[in-house]
Amino acid sequence: MTTLTMTFTLNGKQVSVSVDPVDRLLDTLRYQLALTGTKEGCGEGECGACTVHLDGLPVNSCLVPSYQVRGHRVDTIESLDPRALEPFERCGATQCGACTPGVVMTAWWIGQHADLLRTHTIRELMAGNLCRCTGYDGIVDSVAEALRETGGGRRET
Amino acid sequence: MLPGSVPEALELLASDRAAIPIAGGTDVLVHWPIRLEAHDRTYVDLSPLDALRPLSWTADELVLGGLTTYWDVIQERRARDEFPLLAAAARQVGAIQIQARGTWAGNIVNASPAADGVPVLMAYDATVVLESRRGREEVPLDCFYSGYKEMQRRSDQLVVAIRIPRRRYSFQVFEKVGARRAQAIAKVGLAVTHSEAGWRVVAASVAPTIRRCRALERLLETGFGPQGPDDLFPAISQDVAPIDDIRSTASYRRRVMARLLFHGLREQWGRRA
Repeated sequence: MTTLTMTFTLNGKQVSVSVDPVDRLLDTLRYQLALTGTKEGCGEGECGACTVHLDGLPVNSCLVPSYQVRGHRVDTIESLDPRALEPFERCGATQCGACTPGVVMTAWWIGQHADLLRTHTIRELMAGNLCRCTGYDGIVDSVAEALRETGGGRRET
Repeated sequence: MLPGSVPEALELLASDRAAIPIAGGTDVLVHWPIRLEAHDRTYVDLSPLDALRPLSWTADELVLGGLTTYWDVIQERRARDEFPLLAAAARQVGAIQIQARGTWAGNIVNASPAADGVPVLMAYDATVVLESRRGREEVPLDCFYSGYKEMQRRSDQLVVAIRIPRRRYSFQVFEKVGARRAQAIAKVGLAVTHSEAGWRVVAASVAPTIRRCRALERLLETGFGPQGPDDLFPAISQDVAPIDDIRSTASYRRRVMARLLFHGLREQWGRRA
């Protein structure tokens, strides 16, 4: 099997890696680039624990073949300012933590595009991130609170 | 295989009949690490073929590209306004992580009987545009499937576009019943439209393929007025053949379909089209 050497933009920096055609972006990030903040949950695109941004959109990195990000932009939880997590801790959006990196990546995307809330609810936009601890209300509240603090969005009903 | 253009991709598909085109990967990569047999196959990466990405409008059609994603349609105000069922169905495919990657063409060729995108495309009379080195071929989506996961696509053909005629719709509805509102595979899906071309009733998860329900369409054309959901069972049993499986049972599916139709079309029954 031939490996492919490719370059992409990871958290704002150009990186070069050699990937095997069977590698998933999730594994390349975790095991080759040592960015273990991105978690694997289900491995079938259901739970969202492995959410990263690909060209600015949330995707499940377990369903992205690594070779498809050549020349593209990938952002992971490691690029986020830890202070952004504060509303999540305050609103009870975190417990065991397995889903948290994915939850935060989707929430961050919503924060970057608050106009999405004209057509979508926070709950619908967060539907791709399963959480078995918090019952979701804390997550929805913290996204709403983070949006309020940054001046975007509206109250979730 | 990493083609740089559509002709190159078609060349690769023609030279290796076992090669599988891959776009967003949302079907191909499910449970990837344990599906070792899938690792040895050849994949043709469509993702760099930017020419296939955009959707476009003509005077009488909306044309989705071979790589147009669900999110592309959700984001397009004009598509939301003119073909609301496309956006409604797209919003029920997984969640943003899947909508950002999954393509309409991929939904067609994955040929799942539980697909969410296919029923609404079929209810809008979409046509599948296939291209190969030998040329272009167009197949109406309602003639595309011949059996479970069997379809009118040769392995050297690529879905390069999906053509959807622009019509004035007097009725359109999409219903999906799953285990939960998001991230669920349909137990029953239903898309119903009415335009100058007549009624279209398309059902998902109740037969080996997504299919039009001709007996129900004929009933709607005649202005038949059922008293309750049960009156629809004779037509439903002509049209579909649901099964018991991990997600639901045949009898539940038939019942849900009857109730969705009866209540969804409450205002329409008994009105001659």
